[in-house]
Amino acid sequence: MSGDSILTVEGVEAGYVKDLPILRGINLAVRRNALTAIIGPNGAGKSTLIKAIAGLVPVSAGTVTLDGTQITGIRADRMADLGMAYVPQTDNIFKTLTIRQNLALVLRLSRRREARLEELFALFPPLKDKQADPAASLSGGQRQMLAVAMALAREPSLILMDEPSAGLAPKAAAEVLDLAHRLTREGVSILLVEQNVKQALRVSDHCYILAEGRNQVDGPAADILADPIVGEIYLGRRRMNDA
Amino acid sequence: MIGVISYLAFFGTVAAILAIAVLGLNLQWGNTGLFNGGVAAFFGAGAYGAMMLGGPADPQQLGGFALPYPIAFAGGIGLAALVAWAVGLLTLRLRHDYLAIATFGVAVALEAVARNAEWLTGGAKGMRGFPRPFEGLFADQFTYNLAFLGFVVIILIAVYAGLERLVRSPYGRVLRAIREDEVAARALGKNATRLRLEAFVLGSAIIGVAGVLYVSFYAFISPQDMAPILTFQIWAMLIVGGAGNNRGAVLGAFLIWGAWTSSGFLLSKFAPTAVQIYTGPIQYIMIGSVIVGMLLWRPQGLLPERIERTKTGNEAPGENASQG
Repeated sequence: MSGDSILTVEGVEAGYVKDLPILRGINLAVRRNALTAIIGPNGAGKSTLIKAIAGLVPVSAGTVTLDGTQITGIRADRMADLGMAYVPQTDNIFKTLTIRQNLALVLRLSRRREARLEELFALFPPLKDKQADPAASLSGGQRQMLAVAMALAREPSLILMDEPSAGLAPKAAAEVLDLAHRLTREGVSILLVEQNVKQALRVSDHCYILAEGRNQVDGPAADILADPIVGEIYLGRRRMNDA
Repeated sequence: MIGVISYLAFFGTVAAILAIAVLGLNLQWGNTGLFNGGVAAFFGAGAYGAMMLGGPADPQQLGGFALPYPIAFAGGIGLAALVAWAVGLLTLRLRHDYLAIATFGVAVALEAVARNAEWLTGGAKGMRGFPRPFEGLFADQFTYNLAFLGFVVIILIAVYAGLERLVRSPYGRVLRAIREDEVAARALGKNATRLRLEAFVLGSAIIGVAGVLYVSFYAFISPQDMAPILTFQIWAMLIVGGAGNNRGAVLGAFLIWGAWTSSGFLLSKFAPTAVQIYTGPIQYIMIGSVIVGMLLWRPQGLLPERIERTKTGNEAPGENASQG
């Protein structure tokens, strides 16, 4: 694994209401071709952080840098051109369009559309089989798969995922996280937010724990998983063992 | 017999004009999810725009340039689009119900302007004498009315065909994606703000086409013709026909206009005189009841939106080049 970072977040403050920041000075680095997870209790600001990086929540202080380019405050719809994709937690596919149309939508202006569609179908055979069906007909796990495929369509260098396993059956949740892990081995960097702590730590390389809008602890995922104190304080040891 | 045909031609002309407006609203609401509560404003802008450019000169007011019909036609559409662009820039950041209230307010304000700015619009008495297009080519009024019906129907078919093509194109699917989830569309690199504005302006321009045809037909426009009831009529047509379905939009226009005119006729013919004076309010109640009833029992309309499902999932023209 290369040690350099594709994304750095420095001193970021952000929130939905002026003068009421949810994030109070977050620092974070996402390593290239690695899976970085953000975990923490409810209300810690995990989803807000990922939305702030994606340009969906205004950043009031600090900087976000993608591959050496400052992207703080850039409009969300420009991020795709800069090589970053964001997968929302829910409502991340368009249910009245077919699976193929969902993917073609992302590639609307691409000259390689047909070729890229075939590449994506090769990566996700279940989607190829159902390509002519409305996306509403997919199961929860398949919907996440489609959402990830849409994010991948324009060959981003970094994908942000907001709780990709939320609402999925345990097996489907594990599959989605395994998929994320596999993608990092194929040259994509991933930053994901997860509630499903044990599963997230199982597949990630590095982990940040957030609480009350601030960084608390970070380190290699394996160390965090093994650290009893961290588990006790921030994650609820029982949940980790039960998960 | 000629009387019946003559009446049917009149009915068909007005219904087809309204159907064009419903198609414009369907692009905004049915396809893009924009709750335009000010349909009457864009209809009025089209009508007044055409009248000012193509109408006869009047020393009392600005306008009345008596320009050729195609210029008046284009000018009416242009004014509707321009108003939509300005309104859109101000209000399109708002969502559903707020957008509806804001656009409704704009429509009421513009109606008040039309009612009071006598130097511009002739005030409450309106503007009359719009030279009806191609009238000199026909020997009598009956033939002319049939020909005008044909003219309106051709435009209706053209608008319908154009919109069908648009909503099935990749561009149309981006609009539907924004309707379904704007955040996801933005995350995938779609400039939702610009696309919403484009759909709003285009839909309003189509509503403006209806306004131009209306003034071409009646040769007269007044603030009464852009009253809020028009907005509700157009909405009732779309809800009854089926939002998201262009055929439903046209069907709804003919059905609701049929119900509106026949209820007026029946009340005037068979209701006691004491009731007849309430014909207008009774019709208003009817429109309101139809909207509420449909939303309760068949919210998808008579012809629901069709979810495409094809063998290859790839039916848009030009999109299946290398599909195996």
